[in-house]
Amino acid sequence: MRVGVVSFPGSLDDHDAAVAVQTCGGEAVTLWHADADLKGVEAVILPGGFSYGDYLRCGAVAHRAPVMEAIAAFARDGGPVLGICNGFQVLCEAGLLPGALLRNEGLRFVCRDVLLDVEATDTPWTRAYADAPPIVVPAKHGEGRYHADERTLDALEADRRVVVRYAPGNNPNGSARDIAGICNAGRNVVGLMPHPEHAVDPVLMGGEDGRGFFDSILEVAAAPTGA
Amino acid sequence: MPRIAIDVLLKREILDPQGRAVEQALPGLGYDAVSEVRVGKHLELLIDAEGDELDAQVEKLCADFLTNPVIESYRWRVIGDDERADA
Repeated sequence: MRVGVVSFPGSLDDHDAAVAVQTCGGEAVTLWHADADLKGVEAVILPGGFSYGDYLRCGAVAHRAPVMEAIAAFARDGGPVLGICNGFQVLCEAGLLPGALLRNEGLRFVCRDVLLDVEATDTPWTRAYADAPPIVVPAKHGEGRYHADERTLDALEADRRVVVRYAPGNNPNGSARDIAGICNAGRNVVGLMPHPEHAVDPVLMGGEDGRGFFDSILEVAAAPTGA
Repeated sequence: MPRIAIDVLLKREILDPQGRAVEQALPGLGYDAVSEVRVGKHLELLIDAEGDELDAQVEKLCADFLTNPVIESYRWRVIGDDERADA
């Protein structure tokens, strides 16, 4: 399966995301921010980093890039899209996911492992976590405090669109209702602040709990059509 | 060409940790009378438009790009050269 990984000016984790795809048996394809061309990929990852220097607001400039028009159309057609960290911020700015990410409550940049409950395993990015115990993956961000108005939060909970939640005592940034990641109504677009792509190799990173995101999307490709 | 000043703050109900940090530093510096500190952004720009079209263009610019209505609110006004914040 060909999985696109977008490179914006200032993306940092695009290479790690590509390596994670390849480690899990997929083919990673670089998508350049200035080209509105998805090169026929079957899934797209928006990686972490500081696209366009995070000028104005995190993700605000990136979501105007030509590649984002193509990704928005791909997402509307049900194409699977995963936004990690800065990618999550871009998806929120683009309106593909509700809410926004704000400066961490404690003002400090957070860089540590967090314990996460994967609550929705019926998305193309999380189905490998069905019945799995909580996972440990690194979080590293200065602006990861998820915010949405109460009505939106209630709707997200009611529709089981909170995909990953910080386990009790693990909320590193003051996110509303301990939300670490959510999905859209169609469940094909998922965004989260922690970094599963940094936890796919136990030798390098001390854990592989993040593999499920990549195993999930590659399994979707392997499943019979119409299943 | 009209010069526009735009002030952007996080909405009142949203925690502003930067404003809170500034506020908490003030008593130690001897400023005991200050409260409700909010830290935001101030933008200035020139725009080639006037009248209703000016209003419409600035509103669209603010709502579409310069601010995120999910978290921020803003006010804007036309300013003279003597009102520029960068003096």
